[in-house]
Amino acid sequence: MILDVNGVEFNYRSKEVLSNIKFHLKKNEILAILGPNGVGKTTLLKCMNSILKPKSGTIMIEEQDVLKLEQIEIARRLGYVPQRCEPARLTAFDAILLGRMPHIKWNISAEDVMLVEDVIKRLKLEDLALRYIDELSGGELQKVGIARALAQNPKLLLLDEPTSSLDLRNQLDILDIVRDVVKNEDVSAIMTMHDLNLAFRYADKFLFLKNGTIFAAGSIADISPQIIEEVYGVPVTIQNYHNVAVVIPV
Amino acid sequence: MSSEAGDIVRRYKEHTARKVSYILAGIFMMFLVAVYSISTGSVDIPPLDVIRTLAGQSISPTWDSIIWSIRLPQVLTAIVAGTGLAISGVVMQSILRNPLGSPFTLGISNAAAFGAALSIIVLGAGSTSSNVGTAVTINNPYTTTIAAFVFAMIATAVILMFAKLRGTTPEVMILIGVALGSLFTAGTMFLQYFADDVQLASMVFWTFGDTSRASWEELGLITVIVFIAFVYFTLNRWKYNAIDAGDETAKGLGVDVDRVRLWGMIWASFVTAITVAFLGVIGFIGLICPHMARRLIGDDHRFLIAGSVVMGALLLLCADTVARAMIQPYQLPVAVLTSFLGAPTFIYLVLKGRRI
Repeated sequence: MILDVNGVEFNYRSKEVLSNIKFHLKKNEILAILGPNGVGKTTLLKCMNSILKPKSGTIMIEEQDVLKLEQIEIARRLGYVPQRCEPARLTAFDAILLGRMPHIKWNISAEDVMLVEDVIKRLKLEDLALRYIDELSGGELQKVGIARALAQNPKLLLLDEPTSSLDLRNQLDILDIVRDVVKNEDVSAIMTMHDLNLAFRYADKFLFLKNGTIFAAGSIADISPQIIEEVYGVPVTIQNYHNVAVVIPV
Repeated sequence: MSSEAGDIVRRYKEHTARKVSYILAGIFMMFLVAVYSISTGSVDIPPLDVIRTLAGQSISPTWDSIIWSIRLPQVLTAIVAGTGLAISGVVMQSILRNPLGSPFTLGISNAAAFGAALSIIVLGAGSTSSNVGTAVTINNPYTTTIAAFVFAMIATAVILMFAKLRGTTPEVMILIGVALGSLFTAGTMFLQYFADDVQLASMVFWTFGDTSRASWEELGLITVIVFIAFVYFTLNRWKYNAIDAGDETAKGLGVDVDRVRLWGMIWASFVTAITVAFLGVIGFIGLICPHMARRLIGDDHRFLIAGSVVMGALLLLCADTVARAMIQPYQLPVAVLTSFLGAPTFIYLVLKGRRI
């Protein structure tokens, strides 16, 4: 068990946004957080690494409560990839090197440079490495964001709508990268998503939010068309196409 | 495979080495301009003799006194003030995530000027003495400095408050800054209207930023503050890079963004306030120099802070030298020249449109 979340509540000012959030995640698993716009998917993701402070609850990572750790300690355990990474006049190498920040004291070491080089190789970003990120496409920038999070050497990757505003090729590329990393390394991932079909294709577990709390959770076998209809208000059928579940609105 | 990857690291190291070489070249140029600047004026001194005098040889007592008492402090003041204004600008651009961030565009200089004017009028900190070239002395520079500092901090606090309230968007920052700038300008005008002619002259002369104003002691004080700020900003260079990547990315990397933003603004304002209090308002250096440095060495604060220092020092030194030489035997305050530089640079930034 890499992650155990229990009784997380979050209020925005006095308005209750999330309540009674409880789930767990094993090593090498991908969890997709699903639900309609504004239900609190991103809020939940930001609570995971304490960017937003939950009102109560515990988030245990390898037997340590994230909410009791310093922000820099959290950054050594959780890599966060926001929806949008701002471009600057930095090379992709520099941008990925930033992921070493939680681990360095004064300056980067030769080891940090080697780690970044290693991440670049693993994600096959050699061609981007020396390019300026303000000249990269959205898909390329997203890959740099994931590479930066991986350079943090995290136990858990948090991705906020990693495929939004990307074309089909890049959507698949990004999620292939996430799946490869999670399956081959000592990492798990949580991502918020809108595209149910992509979620079913790549994630191992699913968590549907409705009215600020968990409406349904489980593996693909636990997800019924009724759940999706309840959550999104759209009647659907789930078909099996070559062992991949496909959601079709009816 | 390893040779290809080794290639990335090698190319990356070449890339960073190039930035370092730009900075070193800039420092060398700064040294050359400094020597040239000391050698020119109403009395021309050969550059070699300038170097000899600076090295401790006494060539002529007149030259000694010109160099040690007049020109060297002015040149060093230009370097230190250029440094201070440029690092304030580069840090504000980062923490406000806004390419137009600078002590000048955010109204902080105007606020400091208002504070100084208030101290001259209300606290009687300034007077004129018409027998010297600059025609103004500040009787009690520390009252003026404190007043300028306090008002710079008030402007900073107001901007930060609105940032907290409405989100740190470029639009909010710039608009609040412009509003504050004109508010404090209005306040200064109000004070000027009720000033007697000695006070008025004192205030107007004060407003024209001039590097010849600082004594060795004042230069020492400004240098200490600028140096501490430079060290502080350099210690935080990774955090500024992280904030450039977006607040959320920075928080995910363990950066306490609000804290970095608050302290960055406080130090940048402090440096601005102290420079403005002693030298008067010197516009646009804080805006232009970081952008010139960005074009050469990019947005990586590991190099950009040092690059902006060199650029700021170099540009203010050049402007100061030109301002002194332009209409001899009179000396034009350097602020007049830098403000002329500001407009075309603003337009250039708008036309290039990068990150605006």
